[in-house]
Amino acid sequence: MESSTLVWLLPAPPLLAFFLIIFLTNRSKGLSHTLGILAVLLSFIGSMVIVVLGLRSGHLAEEPFTSVINWFPTGDTWFQIGVWVDPLTVATLFFVAWTILMIFIYSVGYQNYGQPKGDHDVPGLPPHGATEKDEHGHEHRVPSIEPMYSRFFAFLALFSFGMYVLVVSNNLLTLFVGWEIMGLCSYLLIGFWYAKPSARAAAIKAFLTTRVADVIMLLGLAYLYYLAGSLSYDVIFSEETLHLLTETGTPFLGLSAAVVIGIFLFIGTIGKSAQWPLHVWLPDAMEGPTPVSAMIHAATMVSAGVYLVIRVFPIISAGAVHGEPTVTMNIMAFIGAFTGLFAATIAVTQNDIKRVLAYSTISQLGYMIAAIGIGAYVAAAFHLFTHAFFKALLFLGSGSVIHGVEHGVLHTDEHVDPQDMFNMGGLRKKMPVTFWTFLIGGLALSGFPLLTAGFWSKDEILADAFAQSNWAVFITLAFAALLTAFYTMRQITLTFLGQPRTEASKHAVESKWTMTLPLVGLAVFAIGAGWLGITNDFPIIGGLLPNYMHDFVGETLAEHPEAIRFNWIPLLTSLAVAFGGLFLGWLVYRNVSAGEADPLEKPLGPVYSLLKNKYYFDELYDFIFVRPAYWISRNFTYLWLDRRIIDGFLHGVARVAYSLGGLFRNYIDRPIVNGFGDFVGESVKRLGRGARFIQTGRIQQYMVMALVIAFGTLFYYLFFLAQP
Amino acid sequence: MISLSYFLVFAAALFCIGLYGAMARKNSVAILMGIELMLNAVVINLIAFWRFRTPEVITGQAFAVIVFAVAAAEVAVGLALFIAIYRQRQTIAADEIDLLKW
Repeated sequence: MESSTLVWLLPAPPLLAFFLIIFLTNRSKGLSHTLGILAVLLSFIGSMVIVVLGLRSGHLAEEPFTSVINWFPTGDTWFQIGVWVDPLTVATLFFVAWTILMIFIYSVGYQNYGQPKGDHDVPGLPPHGATEKDEHGHEHRVPSIEPMYSRFFAFLALFSFGMYVLVVSNNLLTLFVGWEIMGLCSYLLIGFWYAKPSARAAAIKAFLTTRVADVIMLLGLAYLYYLAGSLSYDVIFSEETLHLLTETGTPFLGLSAAVVIGIFLFIGTIGKSAQWPLHVWLPDAMEGPTPVSAMIHAATMVSAGVYLVIRVFPIISAGAVHGEPTVTMNIMAFIGAFTGLFAATIAVTQNDIKRVLAYSTISQLGYMIAAIGIGAYVAAAFHLFTHAFFKALLFLGSGSVIHGVEHGVLHTDEHVDPQDMFNMGGLRKKMPVTFWTFLIGGLALSGFPLLTAGFWSKDEILADAFAQSNWAVFITLAFAALLTAFYTMRQITLTFLGQPRTEASKHAVESKWTMTLPLVGLAVFAIGAGWLGITNDFPIIGGLLPNYMHDFVGETLAEHPEAIRFNWIPLLTSLAVAFGGLFLGWLVYRNVSAGEADPLEKPLGPVYSLLKNKYYFDELYDFIFVRPAYWISRNFTYLWLDRRIIDGFLHGVARVAYSLGGLFRNYIDRPIVNGFGDFVGESVKRLGRGARFIQTGRIQQYMVMALVIAFGTLFYYLFFLAQP
Repeated sequence: MISLSYFLVFAAALFCIGLYGAMARKNSVAILMGIELMLNAVVINLIAFWRFRTPEVITGQAFAVIVFAVAAAEVAVGLALFIAIYRQRQTIAADEIDLLKW
């Protein structure tokens, strides 16, 4: 089989699984998850084959696996769609396939497959637990299976389909299709427990926020298509097109078309990857079940945003001369670095274990955006790659923690929030696998040196910023890295170290193998993925392993990025912030006892509540956008437009029709139509009344009449008609 | 040879007698007899025309036979009706049997 044929097939199994589950197997939970996992396993195997083929081809950047078909006619040409596998796709495909497969397996355990049905669980709400009797007759509360188990797998499968489409497509339009399919699925999955008002609100918020960005992105695509006449990568990234784009001016502030398109596409990324100022949807998206959070926040949707900007990097950097960044890149560097720090500060004060990770994701995505902004193409792709693994690991780990604590809550009947880290503590011994894997993920996130993947990729970004003497970005990101290490250690300390702070956490249990296996699988990459991108002149270990990220992924660009020179300063900085943050986190939170407030609350004072309330962005947006929208929809759309104009018009039409009907009834129907019918009947009646005196019953009279008529007719005939 | 007009005159006279009987008599049986006379006048007409005009075909005779048959049937039905009416009303005077009216 041609490798490009195989690429075409990659998205197919999840889509097939989606339809099969929806239409056929949704009654059977076991069958549904088997189908789902089988489908992503097929895609996974296909992806790995592609990855191996890609690595072995040797000149994949010059000759990507690609094939196209005609989609729809545009004038006298065709709009072509197809698949495209270059080194960047290979790297993306690798982490996407792995994380998706792990998340599918994890979901089986997380949604409590094999547990009894809940006592009073209803579809649309999280399972509440079931009562079970053991052999001694004691009643136990145990977790119960998710009522909409099959639907969950169907949505996940559709989500995977969207991601695969996005990754393998060879043009920005089908990329956008995959992008929107994921947008839909994230809406469906965030609002999975639709009976919870908060989940509904979060789903709508996520959908609307990303939609705002997507519309602008679509405008960018339209403009690009208008100028370049195509959206295929090989056309839009060619010399001529890039030259054309930089030469074409636009009315917007005299910017070139390349800049405008770059900014428009980047706005799509701002929405999808939850960058400031459109970051608000992502933390709320935590309302979804935890595998969803991992899916959205690590493997797929948010990565898709960064993937887009990495993919369109030639357009973004078009017109950059001698390392002088373009306007788009400057904007990206600013927004990325700002978001990186901004989200990290919020993460420090969050108590919900998943929310910390959500803000951490926003912050890390900011890193990647900033890396693109300073032109560090390889570093951005590298960080995207490693981040997908350790962030998926952390999310799944947090889900495992929540699951364990939920078990404790059910067991002890204690009413505590199983997601609040201040209700945990000491889970190290209860949940060893979760602890160790979470520790690995956390260390990778905070950039623990040498061992973990996060160190290598983050260090690369910092080194890039340093090499370009971009001090603003360098310092911002370094400070963000400090905070990252701090809140990660805070999270680990509060959750796993010390003594249990509640009964529930005392009775937490380790999750099943279906949940811990994916954790282990991802932990391997949270360590190993970083070794693929070690710079060659790193002291001692540099050059031991080939720098795949630079030599392979970097090839994707037409002009290969130069490897940056190794420098001690960024390395020492990242060592310092990683160790400093970890140590501070441990120092501050090691002795938090039950019921105690956050130790940072007092010293930080008003800053703490500012951070705790996420800089009041939700309130601000509520005031600026949501309330005016409600006001307009009520006063303008509903009361004025709908009630007065549209309803008024309709009522007017009805009134006219009514009076017209009255006219017809009074002047046409009644006098003419009815009158005619009545006239016929009345005439017949009158005739009968007039003629009935003939009907005497006397037979001889009849005969006389017959005789008279016969003679009359005869006479008439003979004298008038039969004249010769 | 007796000419056709004799027959026609005879038939017309017979018809008129029958008609008078049918019109003037009260007794239903007598009315029926008048009708029979008229029928027979018609039959004489038919036979006469046949004999004088188209003796080579059998049509006239066939027609006459059919008219006899119809007349016989009519008499049978008519008499049966008269008997039935008589049993009901003790009369067969035509002007008293006038139920079929408005």
